[in-house]
Amino acid sequence: MESTLSIALIYPDLLGTYGDKGNALVLAHRARARGITAEVIEVDARSSIPESCDIYLLGGGEDAAQVAAAEGLRLAKSSIERSLHAGSAIFAVCAGFQLLGNSYAAADGSELQGISLVDMVTTAGSDRIIGEVVIEPSQASGLPLLTGFENHGGRTLLGPGEAPLGRVIAGMGNGNGVDGVWRDGVIGTYLHGPALARNPALADYLITYVTKSVLEPLDDPLVDQYREERLAFALLRGAKLKRATRNLHRG
Amino acid sequence: MLAIDPGLLTKLGSQDRVICVSATNGKTTTTRLIADILRAAEIDVVTNHTGANMASGVTGALAAPHAVSVAVLEVDERWLTHVVDPLTPELLIFGNLSRDQLDRSGEVHAIVNRWRAITEADPTRHVIANSSDPHVVFAALPARVTWVALGIPWIQDATTCPQCSELLTWSDDGFECIACGFAEPDADYRLEGEYFLAGERRIHLDLSIPGAWNLMNAALAATVAEAHFEIPAEDAIKAMSSVEVVSGRFSKHRLEDGREARVILAKNPAGWTEVLNWLKGRDAGVVLAVNAHIADGRDTSWLYDVNFELLRGLSVVASGERALDVAVRLRYAGVECIVEADPLKAALAAAGKEVDIIASYTQFTYLTKRFW
Repeated sequence: MESTLSIALIYPDLLGTYGDKGNALVLAHRARARGITAEVIEVDARSSIPESCDIYLLGGGEDAAQVAAAEGLRLAKSSIERSLHAGSAIFAVCAGFQLLGNSYAAADGSELQGISLVDMVTTAGSDRIIGEVVIEPSQASGLPLLTGFENHGGRTLLGPGEAPLGRVIAGMGNGNGVDGVWRDGVIGTYLHGPALARNPALADYLITYVTKSVLEPLDDPLVDQYREERLAFALLRGAKLKRATRNLHRG
Repeated sequence: MLAIDPGLLTKLGSQDRVICVSATNGKTTTTRLIADILRAAEIDVVTNHTGANMASGVTGALAAPHAVSVAVLEVDERWLTHVVDPLTPELLIFGNLSRDQLDRSGEVHAIVNRWRAITEADPTRHVIANSSDPHVVFAALPARVTWVALGIPWIQDATTCPQCSELLTWSDDGFECIACGFAEPDADYRLEGEYFLAGERRIHLDLSIPGAWNLMNAALAATVAEAHFEIPAEDAIKAMSSVEVVSGRFSKHRLEDGREARVILAKNPAGWTEVLNWLKGRDAGVVLAVNAHIADGRDTSWLYDVNFELLRGLSVVASGERALDVAVRLRYAGVECIVEADPLKAALAAAGKEVDIIASYTQFTYLTKRFW
């Protein structure tokens, strides 16, 4: 890779409804803390997506904005694929994650085209899922539990050749016990907005993947404490709900 | 929302001339300013300016015994549809629309479409609307509109055209959609810095309440006075100038150590951005007190929509039940802070001759009900 880590924040004016630019801040901060020069490139809706950035970030957005973003992404698909092939990574949350698939559902239920970077389809669920999420990533990833917040109406089904980011411990994720997608250089998830702020290990994974270097661990008690608080909240709440449901069935 | 007899609102509404104020930000203050202007003009007024703006609060305001000629009602932007039919207001006032508590109210376009349905249903109704906000313009267009150009400090939710979904073009002249021709209308009134412009007249907005956002609220209220009630803007502005506290907003409290703390409510990215812009020009200690209950929005992702970088160099304390969310956000903004969950202890920990406490909704109500 080149000497500067380039982080492309794709369409923050379309896919930036939930504080999604936080992911760029976290990546840049954690790279710089290791002495890696980092640069954030904001690619607005009127600009074309540059080739050969190191990390591409896609965020969440409202329906009309998601449609506008899909057009630009389709145009850039082959250049994104070339970059991924050359060792870049893409991290996509919520609406951005849905756009990676073959198709997704609009608010009115109609089927819209994604960019088919990942073999998956998203349909509209019966209700909107809103709340804290905890994901247990696959052991192979070496990642700890992931914590986040989800707010979406999509149900995403991965194709047979695709693997999820992890198993859902609390919350809904894709809607079938797993969340997101995970493959070399491509991570998608329903943990929306600034997901990397709660999950610095995932940020470090992305930096490691594209720089191919071993990162020094960062001692960060504030973020550790924050993660513990959010995980405890979501897991305790999940446990309480399960107990309540069980009692309800017994009662 | 409390269950309400659907006939009750109708019965109450039929007794009064009703005007409704709605917006993402500023509705409580604007409602209070309009009520004060009308009272100064010796018009009898009933109002609900305590922040009780859903249908139950509206009923409360109207059900209290009163002899009224005008009811000035603040209505939550999500509930406007539910009160317009029964109350048949003669005037709707549309301030601004931006992202706010997306976990419970849904996204901005849904609210815009609900407002638009109201004006389409009765195009003869008078609407006073902010011509600088594309969402507001699209919602108001079918009605008989008086436009006031208040400016739009937050355009992050207005990238696409509310009419045709293509990209909007923004310039010094405001917004325009090249695809469908939707564009910023010519304004009848205008806010320019600290001045209210009405035709050839240029009137200084002499206010006791702080910040650029309150200049916008005051200009909107002055437009209502002149365009709907034929009260000269000069008289309206005089009536507003002595307002210092609105339903606890901007109220002051003496801390144990003798310093004064002022509490300011900020509910969403647009509101926080306005407040941070104001704070950076001051020399006060800052407490950021954030909760995430239903009334605050349970999702704290919005913290990353706001440029906390503006607070660099100030003495800042992260506080509230979600103090850690705030502290982590400040870390990535390059702002040093102390973490203290209790907002009053946090105020004591902040440096400075005085302290500004910026509070999310339930932190604000806790502080103002309990201590102020």
